[in-house]
Amino acid sequence: MGRFFLSRVASAIPTILIVSLTVFVMMRLIPGDPATLMLGDLAQPGQVEAMRRQMGLDQPIALQYFIWMGDVLTGDFGVSISSRQSVLPLILDRFSVSATIVLVAVFFATVIAVPAGMIAAWRQDSARDIAVIATATLFLSIPSFWMGLMLMMVFGLTLGWLPIVGYVPFSRDFGQALLFIVMPVITLVLVESGSIARMARASTIEVARLEYITHARAKGLSETAVMWRHAFRNAFAPTWTLIGLILGSLLANIAVIETVFTIPGLGRLLVESIYARDYPVVQGCMLFIAFLYVMVNLLVDLVYPLLDPRVTA
Amino acid sequence: MIARALGLPTFRFNAVLGGAIVTLLILAALFGPWLAPHNPLTLNLSARMSGPTSVNLLGADEFGRDMLSRLLYGARTSALIAVSTVAFALVTGVFFGVLAGFLRGYVDRIIMTFNDAFLAFPGLLLALGFMAVFGASRNGIIIALGLAYMPVVVRVVRAAVMSIREREYVEASRVMGNSEFVTMARHVLPNCIAPVTVLATTMFGWIVLSESALSFLGLGVPPPAPSWGNMLSTARPFISQAPHMIVLPGLCIAVTLLGVNMLGDAVRDWLDPKMKV
Repeated sequence: MGRFFLSRVASAIPTILIVSLTVFVMMRLIPGDPATLMLGDLAQPGQVEAMRRQMGLDQPIALQYFIWMGDVLTGDFGVSISSRQSVLPLILDRFSVSATIVLVAVFFATVIAVPAGMIAAWRQDSARDIAVIATATLFLSIPSFWMGLMLMMVFGLTLGWLPIVGYVPFSRDFGQALLFIVMPVITLVLVESGSIARMARASTIEVARLEYITHARAKGLSETAVMWRHAFRNAFAPTWTLIGLILGSLLANIAVIETVFTIPGLGRLLVESIYARDYPVVQGCMLFIAFLYVMVNLLVDLVYPLLDPRVTA
Repeated sequence: MIARALGLPTFRFNAVLGGAIVTLLILAALFGPWLAPHNPLTLNLSARMSGPTSVNLLGADEFGRDMLSRLLYGARTSALIAVSTVAFALVTGVFFGVLAGFLRGYVDRIIMTFNDAFLAFPGLLLALGFMAVFGASRNGIIIALGLAYMPVVVRVVRAAVMSIREREYVEASRVMGNSEFVTMARHVLPNCIAPVTVLATTMFGWIVLSESALSFLGLGVPPPAPSWGNMLSTARPFISQAPHMIVLPGLCIAVTLLGVNMLGDAVRDWLDPKMKV
């Protein structure tokens, strides 16, 4: 167990280094000089030169990478060009908003979709199965931003049950905050539960064909006991990997939902910084999200042996 | 699924309905300019945000531009971008995948190091990063999404090549004195077609979705050219006055994705029965 743990953690280190290098190179490819962007169009050439030196842009490119990595490791992600704020606190502030929505949504999507997929698979081709899989395929085909806009139209505008756009932090007013995240969360739950249910169904069908399930039935256990006590763990393991992938990629994909509902989250920060060519923020967001994505996948891998007894650590 | 309820074989149901939707999309994309009743860019301020009328069959947008014409041109944009992007990802992905899987050694290690770096990013994040580099334009999206989805192709092709290169007929080709290049082109490459076709259909759906998401974020097809994604984006402020501006483009995206997903399931069942559930 210890050896598996260490080797898996160690294998994430080169990945993170290459990810950081990719982000760095990509940012250098963005057209336009950051120093000129920072000072505006009216800056004198001398000022631009001084700024370039101050930002370390006169150094060789390889050295610039190491300086940047050194800064990043000490928590210095640079300063935003447009707002002059420190990038890391800006990212963490926006991240708390996105993370709340993503975690709540993925939790509910899992709790709803995994049992739905398993129950569907248990009676393959039954009316129940057809209903679940048809609904899942339908939700899978609806883009999240359209789903969000349609919910907004029905529950916000027509019925007037929920606020349409905006965000209130949980620390300010818990009740209000809850009202504002209901629609974004439901949107994500509906969209993501489609793929989770399909995956849970597919892996349950595979597990249900195995001999140990027949054996459990032969022992005289009830169907419910066979399903939840024997099939669940093995069937859930592959779905768990998918949930990890969804959790990680939602940190980027949520930009779309944040745009629909005007939520000041991390995805929105990234998109707005791309418009403004605020490259320290773009660089910081990309590194931060990619780092979390690698970490979430690492965590999923580390938990996997606990879920699936067939994979020994 | 629905097919089973109707007593039809799933494969045929998915293939027929999915195929019909995709055919409709292709027809709209090819003949959109001739089918469209109006110029999609012509402003008509007297028809601003009007619902369906005899002139504007599906209503008009915030500048009085004809919705039906814009949706038809949008189909053309989406299909053209998706086809070009899939082609870009396939050509580059197959090239690097075959190279890595067939030559192995240090070529494989170098290619896979870069490939894994790209795979370590969520797809849309990588695409957003590339959009920052290339700027919001039609070609920008094709390159950005193509590069974002290429690593998946490389992985699939490399795995296929690595299993094929161990087969006897590949060895036989070498023994017959064929060069590595001829062996690769004549005997290895054709056997990668099945997994690549399955992947390409699935990818088509991902790309239609990603393109519309990027355009919705304002980082895709730049207005005034119509794409379903940017139509939704410009319609958002008018959600209470003109719901048809929101409903129609989204419906187009959803139906297209449903068709592509069904066709994808059918193609997979046909070419790769092992994956059938």
